[in-house]
Amino acid sequence: MSQSAMSQNTMSQSTVSEDAVIEAKDLTKTYGSTVAVDHISFSVGRGEIFGLLGPNGAGKTTTILMLLGLTDISGGEVNVLGFDPAREPLSVKRRVGYMPDTVGFYDGITAADNLRYTARLIGFKHADREKRIADALARVGLSESADKHVATFSRGMRQRLGLAEILMKGAQIAILDEPTSGLDPHATSELLAIIRNFKSEGVSVLLSSHLLERVQSVCDRVALFSGGRIALMGSVGDLGREVLGGGFVVDIEADGAGLAERLALIPGVSGVDKTGIGKLRLHADRDVRPEAAAEVVAMQGRLKYLGVHEPSLDAIYTRYFETKAAGDVAASEGERDAA
Amino acid sequence: MRREGSVFQGVGVVTLKELSDHLTSVRFFVLELLVMLIALVTVYAATQQIKDTTAEDPFLFLKLFTTSRDPLPAFLFWLSLLVPVMAIGLGFDSVNSEYNRRTLSRILSQPIYRDALLFGKFLGGLITLTIALVVLWLMVIGLGLLVLGIPPGGEEIARSFVFLLITIIYAGVWLSLAMLFSTLFRSPATAALVSLGFWLFLYLIWPILADVIAHGIIPPDPRYTALGLETPGTVELQQILARLSPSTLFSEVVVALLDPTTRALGPIYLSQLQGAVLGAPLPLSESMLIAWPQTVGMIASAILLFVIGYVVFQRQEVRA
Repeated sequence: MSQSAMSQNTMSQSTVSEDAVIEAKDLTKTYGSTVAVDHISFSVGRGEIFGLLGPNGAGKTTTILMLLGLTDISGGEVNVLGFDPAREPLSVKRRVGYMPDTVGFYDGITAADNLRYTARLIGFKHADREKRIADALARVGLSESADKHVATFSRGMRQRLGLAEILMKGAQIAILDEPTSGLDPHATSELLAIIRNFKSEGVSVLLSSHLLERVQSVCDRVALFSGGRIALMGSVGDLGREVLGGGFVVDIEADGAGLAERLALIPGVSGVDKTGIGKLRLHADRDVRPEAAAEVVAMQGRLKYLGVHEPSLDAIYTRYFETKAAGDVAASEGERDAA
Repeated sequence: MRREGSVFQGVGVVTLKELSDHLTSVRFFVLELLVMLIALVTVYAATQQIKDTTAEDPFLFLKLFTTSRDPLPAFLFWLSLLVPVMAIGLGFDSVNSEYNRRTLSRILSQPIYRDALLFGKFLGGLITLTIALVVLWLMVIGLGLLVLGIPPGGEEIARSFVFLLITIIYAGVWLSLAMLFSTLFRSPATAALVSLGFWLFLYLIWPILADVIAHGIIPPDPRYTALGLETPGTVELQQILARLSPSTLFSEVVVALLDPTTRALGPIYLSQLQGAVLGAPLPLSESMLIAWPQTVGMIASAILLFVIGYVVFQRQEVRA
């Protein structure tokens, strides 16, 4: 399948969602003659973590601002929780929490006061407000710093305060723009853990990032942006198989003599590599995890780990554009020859 | 396209936040302290001058605002100078600071419109200035009572109260101007410099320039010059041009309010003086009528500047 056909196919599958909280169709944003977002379509399901990934200037933030009704839509349609952000921005903003790229707070007041201001803007009553603020700060681990001025906060603490604001709001959708940008690995993992908690509470998350490796672990599906368009969309595993080829790679860690040989006999498995003591990697043309688990159990072995090895988004992204560039060169040479 | 809800949703919250920020800021404290000190000194000097020179005057209290004692100019002069500085001080970074702190997109992602943010910021600034000016007004009245030892009359209180309202409107003009530049320029320093430059131009240079332009367009008539008089057409044009400056409008309104004997704010023709008892005070209502065009001019200036800033802000992208 050609890359573009694959991409379109993935898109058409992805935009059809029975329980979508965000649906965008042919969404376009132009600034004069510059096209920032070019006819993109995608949907985000309830409780899903969806990543808008791509380099800076690819159109991710502009897309987010259109979803929130914070910038005009030049073309196409968008629907957030059943509301049109252009005509019903207040309904959208009441239900959606947003943490912008390098989130800013009022440095001269405390963390709790910053949240109080937001809570008043939302319209929460006093008693409810205080409870929400205390709960939200506790959940992001900032209870101790509630009465400290935000000026004293590190970047990671500010990001966590941004997430606390979304929690306090009780948002059904959390939109996070570059949430891990500028954070150290420890702060990043803390932040990603909080984002995973959103999902466990049924909150849909739309996050954008140019740091593909950092966020791929939390995303159920991703859309890879390039030049204002969605180049690829789907789960990381699906994209890896379609772009990089090679089928499924299943990692397994288990006890049992002769396990490698037994696993090699599973239909669809093309090869088994030993990657460490008791660690095996299966190459298959389909997901063979159920059969692999059954084999371990049949041998009365102890299964320690079983998972599909996901390819790196960086590798997918790089390969996609290398292939695309090669295709473009070939096409232009063909046209020249024909002329 | 009709949007849902009210554009005023959240105005109160933003106003209270701005008010709190201003009243607790060092910037406001310093400006207020400066104005208070100058008020104390000039009003005290005025009371001494009044004691020395005025035996009997039905509007003694109003003279507290206008009487000067060498080398100090009158309180009114300082007020017309410092009110714009205070207003610009509160407004020059009201919008661009939200961009620079990167709080704008986060705040606007809450269920409010941009309109509410801008209205709230303006109201917060104006209420802050109102509080400062009311305190100043009470202080002057109190000091006058203390030093002069006589209570002000009802007419004096009414006139000084209207004067207070006019000063608040005057502050509103400069606050709108500062907020406009705060919307236009992302750098607070640039917005402050341009606002102050604009104010200095309108306060100091424009009256001179208006005179030069008027003389250029309508040269003085030699017949009037021979009699040592100004040519009426030239004077009228000069006044029209000068009134483009809010400072000129303010000073004219104040003259009408604080000097009840003022009968006109332009050239007085002999026909206007027929039957007039020179030096007799006018009632407040008539003084207000005389000053009404200038008052409306100031209100219109404030609204116009705010509307320009509003339109610019509505069209700006949210991202920093």
